[in-house]
Amino acid sequence: MANLVEIRNVSKVYERGKQKVEVLHHIELDIAKGDFLALMGPSGSGKTTLLNLIGGLDSPTDGSISVGGERIDRLGEGALAKWRSEHVGFIFQFYNLLPMLSAQKNVELPLLLTNLSAAQRKNNASIALQLVGLAERASHKPTELSGGQQQRVAIARAIVSDPDLLVCDEPTGDLDRQSAEDVLGLLQTLNRQHGKTIIMVTHDPKAAEYASHTLHLDKGTLVEQAQHA
Amino acid sequence: MKYLHLIWAALFRRKTRTILTLLSIIMAFLLFGLLDAVRVSFAEAGQSANGAERLQTGAKLSFIQPLPKSLQQQIAAVPGVKDVAHANWFGGAYQDPHNQIFTFAVSDNYLDVYPEVEVDANDRKAFDATADGVLVGDILMKKYKWKIGDRLPLQSQIFPNKEGSKNWSFQIVGTMKSKDNKAFQSQMIVLHWKTFDETTPYNRGAVGWYVSRVSDVNQSDRVAKAIDALSANSDHETKTQTEQAATKNWIKQMADIGLIVTSIMGAVFFTLVLLTGNTMMQAVRERTNELAVLKTIGFSSRKVLGMVLAESVMLLLLGGLVGLALVSIIGAALPAMSGGMINGAHVGAKSWGLGIALAVAIGFVVGAVPALRAMRLNIVDALAGR
Ligand SMILES: Nc1ncnc2c1ncn2[C@@H]1O[C@H](COP(=O)(O)OP(=O)(O)OP(=O)(O)O)[C@@H](O)[C@H]1O
Ligand SMILES: [Mg+2]
Repeated sequence: MANLVEIRNVSKVYERGKQKVEVLHHIELDIAKGDFLALMGPSGSGKTTLLNLIGGLDSPTDGSISVGGERIDRLGEGALAKWRSEHVGFIFQFYNLLPMLSAQKNVELPLLLTNLSAAQRKNNASIALQLVGLAERASHKPTELSGGQQQRVAIARAIVSDPDLLVCDEPTGDLDRQSAEDVLGLLQTLNRQHGKTIIMVTHDPKAAEYASHTLHLDKGTLVEQAQHA
Repeated sequence: MKYLHLIWAALFRRKTRTILTLLSIIMAFLLFGLLDAVRVSFAEAGQSANGAERLQTGAKLSFIQPLPKSLQQQIAAVPGVKDVAHANWFGGAYQDPHNQIFTFAVSDNYLDVYPEVEVDANDRKAFDATADGVLVGDILMKKYKWKIGDRLPLQSQIFPNKEGSKNWSFQIVGTMKSKDNKAFQSQMIVLHWKTFDETTPYNRGAVGWYVSRVSDVNQSDRVAKAIDALSANSDHETKTQTEQAATKNWIKQMADIGLIVTSIMGAVFFTLVLLTGNTMMQAVRERTNELAVLKTIGFSSRKVLGMVLAESVMLLLLGGLVGLALVSIIGAALPAMSGGMINGAHVGAKSWGLGIALAVAIGFVVGAVPALRAMRLNIVDALAGR
């Protein structure tokens, strides 16, 4: 299968004052189109950093990253923002919904950057909310929703502009078992039925089981690869 | 403007704080509107220093003593005099002798020396063409419900007509009015001096007083002395003074008021900038995470900058417009509340324009730093709460 993500010799160095910290060391990684990859590893091992690089939120200090054939490490700030809006959906541990907007308006947010009409935006957002099973909560504000529901709204927001890639940073880290399973099931459906490529950082081995395979990161280096069914 | 709901939502994210901030903006612009109205009305009063250009010449001994008509040409010949008109006291009463109405018998060019009195061109033509025609101040017209074309019976206290009766009859041919009813002509009646002089056997070419316009206000004193010199040592010595001797002070006072208003507004808006600047800064700081999310989704840094600026401008515009609208409402209510004593602080188009421009400018000033901060926001750091 063709690779969606190709990471070559990527290093990331953070400078704290005069001190330089190399967080990722010479990472080599291919992620196939349609893959559901779990990324595990101890706290501080660089998982979020790697995820942010793949999602185009940050740029590597060294090496190259191409996603869908595009060298995103070469894109400038503006081009990268546009690229993100078209190709990546983001899901965070703490949902990161805008508190003053309804679920519907939160989901419509990414569509504001497209040429869609107001009616089309509304329609597409409704479909995305239906897909995550929250159609009847469209008018609710985030504070009126449970954690699991908020995360599903966040997933609807991530998929509403139909990106190829979903990056999820501990999407179930803040959820109870049941809600976590709902969210993971949803991600699995998106992967299997809708062909979304998913990269998910998690601390939870049970969550990792939903992925098709798991990578381990330790002190900025990929160490081992395990296959799931 | 598809981002409007986003900006609006951001603005009212903290309702209490936004409303308190709005209130102070409203107060500032209310103050601005009222002070600007004061400044404008002072400036207008200064402009109607038409009065400073006018000299009144009357008999030195007594106001009642008439002056010869021949003096008109002599005064006109004094260097610095632009125009000379004259008037006589007619002393009209309507229906009841107690119903006194200021009525002057005036020369044909009388209205020319009162440019602040507005007379419709047709009314003026009709007046010039009608020997027994009168022009009536619009306040009187309203008060007595007169109409143009009405016959107007007036009783003179002093002067009989040809038939020896003090009951005169005139025809109303037009109205006189002035902006803000500031000119006294809006409360009086003028008739033709010529008609008056030919009709009453008592006048015989006499003139009550002269009103002349000077071409240079600064020359008023010199011209006044020159006019009085014309009749020195005659049986009709004159006394000439500016219509408002105090008018000269207007110019100085006006400058002072302008300075005071400007200083107050400077202080008010300076405080407003600090206050709303602080509010906007706080608003952006506590929205760090949300702004980072917008950027993550793909909102460019420039868009985020624009949205924060728009939010700030909207806040100021909202408060500014409400404040100016309040000035209009209060201004409209003032004359009624004061029984016509105060003419009201109307917000003119100029004041609205200036107010709106100020609101937008302050919005940009106040929004600039928070907007730049939002633009420079590093997504990764912000998301990690660093
Ligand atoms: N912007 C930054 N500046 C300085 N150091 C950073 C920055 N971002 C990350 N780091 C450091 O890089 C290391 C890896 O951080 P990262 O967030 O990728 O870890 P992680 O694997 O996601 O950890 P966790 O499981 O706790 O989320 C940490 O030591 C962190 O302190
Ligand atoms: Mg992390």
